[in-house]
Amino acid sequence: MGVEFIYPEFEVIRNDERCIGCRVCERQCANEVHRYDVERGRMMSDETTCVNCQRCVSLCPTRALKIVKSDCTLRENANWQNDTIKEVYKQANSGGVLLSSMGNPKPMPVYWDKILINASQVTNPSIDPLREPMETKVFLGKKPEKITRDENGRLITDLPPHLELSMPVMFSAMSYGSISYNAHASLARAATKLGVYYNTGEGGLHEDFFKYGENTIVQVASGRFGVNEEYLSAGAAIEIKMGQGAKPGIGGHLPGMKINDEISKTRMIPKGTDAISPAPHHDIYSIEDLRQLVFSLKEATNWEKPVIVKIAAVHNVAAIASGVARSGADIIAIDGFRGGTGAAPTRIRDNVGIPIELALASVDARLRDEGIRNDVSVVVGGSVRSAADVVKAIALGADACYIATSALLALGCHLCRSCNTGKCNWGIATQRADLVKRLNPDIGYQRLVNLVTAWDHEIKEMMGGMGINSIEALRGNRLMLRGVGLTQKELDILGIQHAGE
Amino acid sequence: MKIDAKNYDYTEINKIVRESAEEKFEFDNVLGQRYLGAGTSGKELLINGTPGNALGAYLNGSKIIVHGNAQDAIGDTMNDGAIIVHGNCGDTTGYAMRSGEIYVQGNAGYRVGIHMKSYEDLYPIIVIGGKVGDFLGEYQAGGIIIVFGIGVEGCPVGSFCGTGMHGGEMFIRSETAPVGLPKQVCCAEATDEEKLSIKHYAERFVKHFGGSADELLKSKFWKLTPNSASPYKQLYVNN
Repeated sequence: MGVEFIYPEFEVIRNDERCIGCRVCERQCANEVHRYDVERGRMMSDETTCVNCQRCVSLCPTRALKIVKSDCTLRENANWQNDTIKEVYKQANSGGVLLSSMGNPKPMPVYWDKILINASQVTNPSIDPLREPMETKVFLGKKPEKITRDENGRLITDLPPHLELSMPVMFSAMSYGSISYNAHASLARAATKLGVYYNTGEGGLHEDFFKYGENTIVQVASGRFGVNEEYLSAGAAIEIKMGQGAKPGIGGHLPGMKINDEISKTRMIPKGTDAISPAPHHDIYSIEDLRQLVFSLKEATNWEKPVIVKIAAVHNVAAIASGVARSGADIIAIDGFRGGTGAAPTRIRDNVGIPIELALASVDARLRDEGIRNDVSVVVGGSVRSAADVVKAIALGADACYIATSALLALGCHLCRSCNTGKCNWGIATQRADLVKRLNPDIGYQRLVNLVTAWDHEIKEMMGGMGINSIEALRGNRLMLRGVGLTQKELDILGIQHAGE
Repeated sequence: MKIDAKNYDYTEINKIVRESAEEKFEFDNVLGQRYLGAGTSGKELLINGTPGNALGAYLNGSKIIVHGNAQDAIGDTMNDGAIIVHGNCGDTTGYAMRSGEIYVQGNAGYRVGIHMKSYEDLYPIIVIGGKVGDFLGEYQAGGIIIVFGIGVEGCPVGSFCGTGMHGGEMFIRSETAPVGLPKQVCCAEATDEEKLSIKHYAERFVKHFGGSADELLKSKFWKLTPNSASPYKQLYVNN
């Protein structure tokens, strides 16, 4: 107290006229903000642990609760903002590295919001997607340079392995451990129903989910948790994790206390031991070394699975992607600096990496300039928030998008950014059995299906408006985009013209 | 099945191993072909020559015997089986291996046993007859690494031994202890009882390469284990 005291960020406003003392809020809050005072016969709050996850607000039967940002603030200072000062206090109190969850919340430029999409008027017809066929199916993998025929003139259709997606959206890597069993179950079932893919992350694959293998991407990271022949063969594709947008250049360290029975089983490490997955793969110091890992995975799975290499969007991303394309990878996944995470040091999350829009545009341009664009598919993530972001990403050159934060929102996440505490009141970023059961996979999977299906309709609407009836014709079609309020340099990197041009 | 590998590349060799109903294979004139036996189970490969990198990667129960030297990353992410090298091998031997055994008669390179881990009845073993380079047992999380240092003057391990080690054990046969160990690693002279715990592996080693297990175990060994009083951790504060 005293010098160590930090005033709570939120206030719980309880309308005593509406509150019936049912104590739902108390039972629902894993942070123990609410309690019933028997003597006074009323509910009380301790806001010091409130994370504003809105669980109590959502379940209060009489709508007696609201959580508001406290107006008890320090003296205004444009340079020393409240958050900045409080971060100094926290570090002075503890000596610890600041740890945050989910994507970068800072007001950095969101280029998606400065890009506008074209539509047809008069001179070329738009298409009504309700009445006419629209194609949003995509195939990810190496595309042949030319058509070849056998001696009878028949097409030779021996293609390298591909992923077939009903529409250009997949669920991005989130490990079992960072999110709950029920969250994984929801993602796996939704991906299967939708005809797309979800990604195991680096925490291995729970035995219950092997049956969704045809719609699963299995991930291999430096710690190789849960990686064996059975795991590699279980998925439709294998992703090598080199980096993550929220924390480029640093790895993972799941503390032993979070390794419970089930997590221990899927990661194949003893209960209670640390799971250390450093950023460097110590067998990879070059593109040639990466090629060795790519090819060893292909060899071990009989050349039946496409291999994805996931990198974070960093300054030299175009050159790195060019190297990855030459490593034999079938798909490059690029994760932008606004991408989510279960836990990352605040300074890394908020200051390292570059926006996905710029990374995508420069990677696509570089691969085309070098004549190797068809050797790989490009998948982008790191804050794809809507169908409009997907359309813009495709037009900037992506083959498909990875979504994760949007998917978690569909599952009930309220973006309170407290995943690292393990006390997610919505049953998503937690392993506590009483919390996990709050997420019903029967409902969760349906909500994911709803979201992605709705996006598919919206993508078709936007494509129809442009007079495009196939997603293939949208990919890299930068003429369909215009920038607003961007500098010439930004427009040049994005490869688009300014609105009005 | 005996095959002259001279004119085969690795995909062809692996295809033969995968698709043939036979279990035993002998390959002559192997020269640099990578990923041999990758991901296989229930096979036995006798390799005469020098196999390339990632020999037996993701090995799932097969046995690979090399008469010659092996290169980098043998037994990468190996799940089960055995790799026996009658010669030397390169860097990252047994990267993240989870079970099975690797025996190397001669020397091994850098980062031997990096990320090696154990789980339930899965317990990996690496035994090196000669000396190893820097970063032995880096990030080791389980299993046993034994370095016999046969014919080596001084301590047979390089610098930064045990960096990141947080599980498992290392046994190093040497008059002098490895130097420059991180504070997260405990190093003590192995007791007779502890030496007895690796007798089985010493016997396997001499069965493959000759010599006397008792003679080896008469020498001084250093046992390295993670120092649970000083674990790797970063102090975090919620933000």
